[in-house]
This record gives sequence, structure tokens and C-alpha cells, in this order.
Amino acid sequence: MTIDLEMAEIINVFFQESDEGLDAMESGLLSLEGGSDCEAINTIFRAAHSIKGGAGTFGFGEISKFTHAVETLLDQMRNGTRGVSAETVQVLLQAVDAMREMVALARAGTPGRPAAADAVGARLIEILEGPVDPAEAPTTTAAPEAVATPEPPAQAPAAAFAAGPLVQPAAPGGPAHWRIRFVPHASLFETCNDPLRMFMQLESLGRLTVQVFSKGVPALTEIEPTQCHLSWTLDLHGAVTQEQLVEVFDWVDSNSSIGYERLDEPGSPGNLPAPAVRAPAPMPEPPSAPTAAVAPAAAAAPEGPTAAPASRANVDASSIRVGTEKVDALINLVGELVITQSMLGRFAEGADAGKDLELLRRGLAHLSRNTRELQESVLKIRMLPISFSFNRFPRLVRELSRKLEKKVELRLRGENTELDKIVLEKIGDPLVHLVRNSLDHGLESPAARIASGKSETGVLELNAYHQGGSVIIEVKDDGAGLDCTKILAKARERHLLADDAVLSEEQIHNLIFLPGFSTAESVSDVSGRGVGMDVVRRNITDLGGHVQISSEQGRGSTIRIRLPLTLAILEGQMLRVGRETYVMSLVSIIETVQPRPDHLHTVSGHAELFKHRDEYLPVLRLHEIFDIEPDSRDIASGLLVVAESDGRRVAILVDELQAQQQVVIKSLDRNYKQVPGLAGATIHGDGTVALILDVPSLIAKFSARTAASVGRAA
Amino acid sequence: MTVVHKAVEEVKQQYLSFILAGEQYGVDVVRVQELKGWDSVTRVPSTPPYVLGVINLRGAIVPVIDLRIRLHLGQAPYGPATVIVVVRVPGARGERTVGLVVDAMNSVHDIAPSAIRPPPSLPGKVDDRFLEGIMVEGGKLMLLLDVAALVTSSIEDG
Repeated sequence: MTIDLEMAEIINVFFQESDEGLDAMESGLLSLEGGSDCEAINTIFRAAHSIKGGAGTFGFGEISKFTHAVETLLDQMRNGTRGVSAETVQVLLQAVDAMREMVALARAGTPGRPAAADAVGARLIEILEGPVDPAEAPTTTAAPEAVATPEPPAQAPAAAFAAGPLVQPAAPGGPAHWRIRFVPHASLFETCNDPLRMFMQLESLGRLTVQVFSKGVPALTEIEPTQCHLSWTLDLHGAVTQEQLVEVFDWVDSNSSIGYERLDEPGSPGNLPAPAVRAPAPMPEPPSAPTAAVAPAAAAAPEGPTAAPASRANVDASSIRVGTEKVDALINLVGELVITQSMLGRFAEGADAGKDLELLRRGLAHLSRNTRELQESVLKIRMLPISFSFNRFPRLVRELSRKLEKKVELRLRGENTELDKIVLEKIGDPLVHLVRNSLDHGLESPAARIASGKSETGVLELNAYHQGGSVIIEVKDDGAGLDCTKILAKARERHLLADDAVLSEEQIHNLIFLPGFSTAESVSDVSGRGVGMDVVRRNITDLGGHVQISSEQGRGSTIRIRLPLTLAILEGQMLRVGRETYVMSLVSIIETVQPRPDHLHTVSGHAELFKHRDEYLPVLRLHEIFDIEPDSRDIASGLLVVAESDGRRVAILVDELQAQQQVVIKSLDRNYKQVPGLAGATIHGDGTVALILDVPSLIAKFSARTAASVGRAA
Repeated sequence: MTVVHKAVEEVKQQYLSFILAGEQYGVDVVRVQELKGWDSVTRVPSTPPYVLGVINLRGAIVPVIDLRIRLHLGQAPYGPATVIVVVRVPGARGERTVGLVVDAMNSVHDIAPSAIRPPPSLPGKVDDRFLEGIMVEGGKLMLLLDVAALVTSSIEDG
């Protein structure tokens, strides 16, 4: 039972690491399009390699088999025996998708191989079995060195030995007899490697005889059971290439001595006087071949977007995995510590002067500083750089721009800007929506761009930065911008707007956030179904954020999203109604006014309106909605808090405005359930609970109530 | 087989008993997390009258249900003897922690399962959906509450 549990946990780690590895492969492959980069190929290779290893260990044979082909191809690219072409990159990207799908299947407990994987797998084999051409470029006549290198047979044995298995991956030839001398270091077991497993793997390749040398084993009294004292000589008969052998021992390569010797064919590389003892095979290194191969390849794919390689975020890899519930428990405890500290502080403030009091106060001031810092650091644990969300865009933009036949340059900025993990997860889909929209509706076709005097490549910029207690994310394009006339016409056609309404430019732009609004001429599979911008705004509002659009016709549009840094803390405004205190998020408050009686109007006997600048806002009496006995029912003697949600503004009547302060948000539905009008609760410095208002659901509740009262009146 | 059967019968269950409107009630101690003195409760709007509000229990927001009101036993003033029994029951998102207001605590009883009788219908008394059974001890009646059912229905239906 426990073993199963532990195993499940370990497998889960494998899945998580595979996801990360696949992400790394994808971004690496995308960067290859900009030009060859040995480091990038190495990174991709390593990621593939560990996925393969992990999959093999946990018995996901399909994944490991599939990844093996990918790895072989990458290995050839890595050591320069195969050039990097747009086509191979494309196939590898598809392979990444297939692997992702296979990992997902394995995770769901139904490991298997989807049809897409079969197709990509076949394509991979095709490439692998095809001509190995380090310079897949059409410039064959020009590069004599490049042509000379991949022809091993007639060359010096040493070079052939190294290059042999690489240039003949699918041609193991007849049965071979390999002798392997395997002398692991004593520390072998510490890396969780089991020789038996490796030998079993060898056995699957051919007929295996194993000879063990136990001379090194110390006396029973001195033996250290965690150390390896044995060494082996293995004889393997079968159609096996050295590459396959190297692969079996790949994981122990760094902590053992391994020698491979081929005993059968006279004159074969294996019969060298000194067998290569786990020395990294000297690379054939065709001079200048990789670069020569890449330049034309990159030139061959000019229609793809040029993701600026410099903007690739390098997220610091030194991290640990911690369950979010552990972090939340920590945050909870620190929150309690802050409350205890402020209780003690208040006690000391009010205490009678005594000789020890000064010391106590000094200690408390110290404690207060430390707890605040502790709270800040603990809250930071939940923060992740936005690159986790941005990383998907190079690929997305690449595919979409191809599909739409547009030229796009994607610029990512501020990828290290940190925000709460939950916010990060939830902002992903809205961002995808916005980027799709920009590509589909915003940026024009190359021809149209040239016609309007712009460069044919459009620029799409994703930018993230901190401003005050918020994170700003901008999606900016230099496309056509919003067409006010078109938007107005569409809004009227869809009856989203009264015919005689006069709107400012900004108000017109914001019409695109209305449900059911879409100006796409034709419904494409990219966007244009009219679900979109309203959902985007809804998602952002749910996160306690705001979205704004600014646009200039012919010059482009910028969508600006303002999000709270974290969902754990809220900049709150305390409001009092009668004897109850509520907290409202400062973000949703536009302003607070003391209403003048002549700005208040009653329409048809029940609906109360407040004239705020040029707008008439419905007055929402909090005391009525929440059934509280207020100080006064007269609007003019109270305060009106003008709040906005989903583009709707209301004036909320309260008795008094109290302090503004940061509050820790606690869930109400953890032990109870969601209550309409409330977003959660928080704990005051004195330990009592205050409830946090949820403006969107408050407005919804108010509307329902008003509708009901209108119904009664009618 | 007989031996095992006997052993099972002899395992007594512990019930925490308390007083509500002069009657004795019991809940399985396994459900009880702690007892708490009367605390200031923050009223939550738009909730049924038996949900008094929420309290801060070491950083967690915990709803408080007045059992008298819930079980239609009339209302009693809250005083120094008023106790909040904090129970844990399975909920929609893992375990829920909920406070139940009772008039006063009594004690813990060891009760053999065989001593528990199925709940008779008590017209006008307690909603028998929330009764596990009844027990008579020394001529005194104890009503055993099914806390999980009680709390779940109080929250989800309210």
C-alpha cells in the first residue's frame, strides 16, 4: 500500500518533469529556427533523453520507444552529421506534440499511442533512414569538406569507430559479438542504478552471457551493503550496434568504467588494439558544416515568425517542488502570527508605563518588522515568473501566422515578472484569446501592410511589468487598429446599442467586450465566433483585475490587463454599515462621493439614480441587500461608493468609510459555502472576522432584486 | 466466528452529550474536534437564521450553527455556559469544520452499540432525518444526532 503510494508519487514527478522537458524541447526547437545553436540542440537532446529514460524506468514503453527515434535524430543534429532544416524542426515539433499526448494518456492511466504519434513516428523513421546529409542545403557543389565528412568506411579506424554507429543507425549489419567490460564505481547504487535491469535490457537485444568478478568484495564484517564491489564481463551475440550498447549504459556512464569490444569481424572497428573505454567518442566535427547547413535552412523558412532569440527567458532552474497545500498552511500560520503580533502591540500601547514597558515595546517593534518580512517572503513562494505563461506563445504565433499567411514578429518582454501561481494559471487562456485576436483581426496581411506603408512583418508584443501592487500585462500590435465606424455599425446591428447613443471613442472601443460581439468578416477557425472578448473580460474580472483597450486606427491596438499580484492578499477599503464592517477591493472602487440631494433622482417610484458626472448610476443600498439596520436611510446623509464591474457602474450606499488596509483573503466556502455578494472573509487585527464584498455578484443580486420589485410593482 | 462477533459487540462507542432545551443530546466523539467558549460571531448576510455567522478559529473561517434554532427548539440567550462544539464532517471540498451552539455541556458516555435503539418518530420534536438513534440510561433519554447529515443539510439546503 505504502509502496504503491510512494511509487505513484514518483511517477507523478516523472510526469511533471516530462511536461517541463517537453516545454524545454518546444522552446528550444523554436529557437533553432532563428539559426543553429549548439547549446539549444543540446538542451533539446537532454530533455528528450531524460524523458526516454524515465519512461523506460516506469514501463511506458511506447513513450520510450517513440522518444528514442526523436533522440536519435537529435543526436545526429547535435554532432553535426545532420543539418538543421525547417522540415526536421517541424517534424520534431510534431513529435513533441505526440509525446505530450502520450504522456497525457499515460497520466490518465491509459498509456497508448495515438494515431498522430504513428504518423509522426513514421515520418521520423523516414528521415532517419533517408540520406544523412549534414548540409541539406541546395548548395551541394560548394562545400567540399561537408561532403567528405559523413563517408566513414574508407577512413581511419579511429574516426570510423566514432562515427560508425551514428551514420548507420538503422543498418546494424549481421549478428555481432560484443564483449563489454563493466566496472562500476562503489557509489553506483547511490544513483539508483541497478545492474540487473541493465543486463535484462541487454538480454532483450541478443544472447547474453554474464561473468561476474567478486574479488573486490570485502569480508562480511567489513562490507558496506550500499556500495557496489562487483564488476562484470558480458558477452552479447546479436545484431546490435554499439550505439544500442552505449544507450544501455548511458545512465551509469559517469560513475563506472565501461569498455566495448567487438570480437567477431576481423577488421571491424571493434578489433582495435585499445577499445574505447568510456571515452566520449571524438566528434567527426565537419568544419563549418553545421552553420553552413543552418543558414540556408533558416532562409528556406522565411514565412515563419522570427521569435527574437534574445528574448528567451532563462528561468533559474534551482527550485524545489512543494505542494501548494503546504505553502498555504504556512501562509495561514504566518497570517496568524501577524495577528498575534498586532494584538500584543496594541496591548503594549495601552499598558501603563513601567520600567520594563520600553523594553517590551522595542521587542515588539522588532517582532513586527520580522513578521512582516516573514509574511512577504512566504507569500512570494507562491509567485512564479510570467514566462510560464508566455512560453507557449512563440509556438502559437508561429503556427497561427502560417495558417493566416501573415508575417509576424513576436516580442516578449518582462518575462521574469512574478505573479501568483493561481493568477498565472487563470490568465493563460485569456491571453491566448487576445493573441489570437491580434493575429486574426489586428495584424494585416503582408500585402495590405505594404499598401499602407508599413513593413510587411507585423509586430506583436507581450509585455509584463509591476505597477504598484498590480501586474500589468500588455498585448500590443501594430496592426490596423479598431475601426470605430465598423464597431458602431455592428453594435447597432446586434442591438447592443441604442440607435441614438452618442459614445466617446474609448466607449466605442470598449463595446468589443460586450457578449455576442464580433467584427470578423468571416468566421475562421482562429477566432470570430463572438465568444471571446466578453469571456476574456469576465475571466479577468473574476481574478480581481481590469482590462482596457486603446487603439488608433491604422496604427494598432494595445490591450492592457491589470491584475492583482496575488489572490491571497487584497488592498481593501473598510466600509461600515450600521454595526457591521465590510471590506471592498480598492481595485473595484472608482471613487467615493458625498451625494448632493439635487443629484439624486427617483424613477417611476422605486429605482433610485445618482447623477455621477454625465452618467446616471443606480443606487445600491447595501443595508437593504444585506438586511442591516443602518445609521440612516437617507442617501444624502450617507456616502456613495462608485464601483465598477464588467463595465457596469453602480453607486453603493454605506454609512462610513473606514481605513484602507491590506487584508489576507480567506475562503468562506472551505467550511461553509459561497454566499452571493461575498468574495470571502478576512481576520481583523483583533481576531474578529470581516467579510469581503464581491462587487460583480453584489450587482447581480441587486439587479435580481430590482427586477423582482419591478415585477411586484407591475 | 462467534468470538469475533462478541468482540465487536463489546467495543463501546463514545458519545459527547450536551443539553439543548432541557433535553440530553449526544454526538459521536470521533466527529468532535474541540469545545470553544462563546465568541463574537460575525453575521453573514443572506443566510438562514440558524447560521449565526462565522468565527475565526486559528486562522480558519468557521461557520457557527445554532442547534436550538436548527432543530426548532426555540431561541435561548447566549451566556457564559453557552458552548460551541466544533465538529468535523465530510463536505464538498474535503472535511468541513463547523461550530454548533448548544446550551451547556454534559459529559462523555461509553455506549455499546446494542444499547442504541432506532429513532422512533417523535412528532413535533426533532427532525428524525438527523437522528442516529436513541438511548435510555437510568431512566433518562439521550438523542443521538447524526452530525454529518445535520451539518450537510444545514449548509447545502440553507
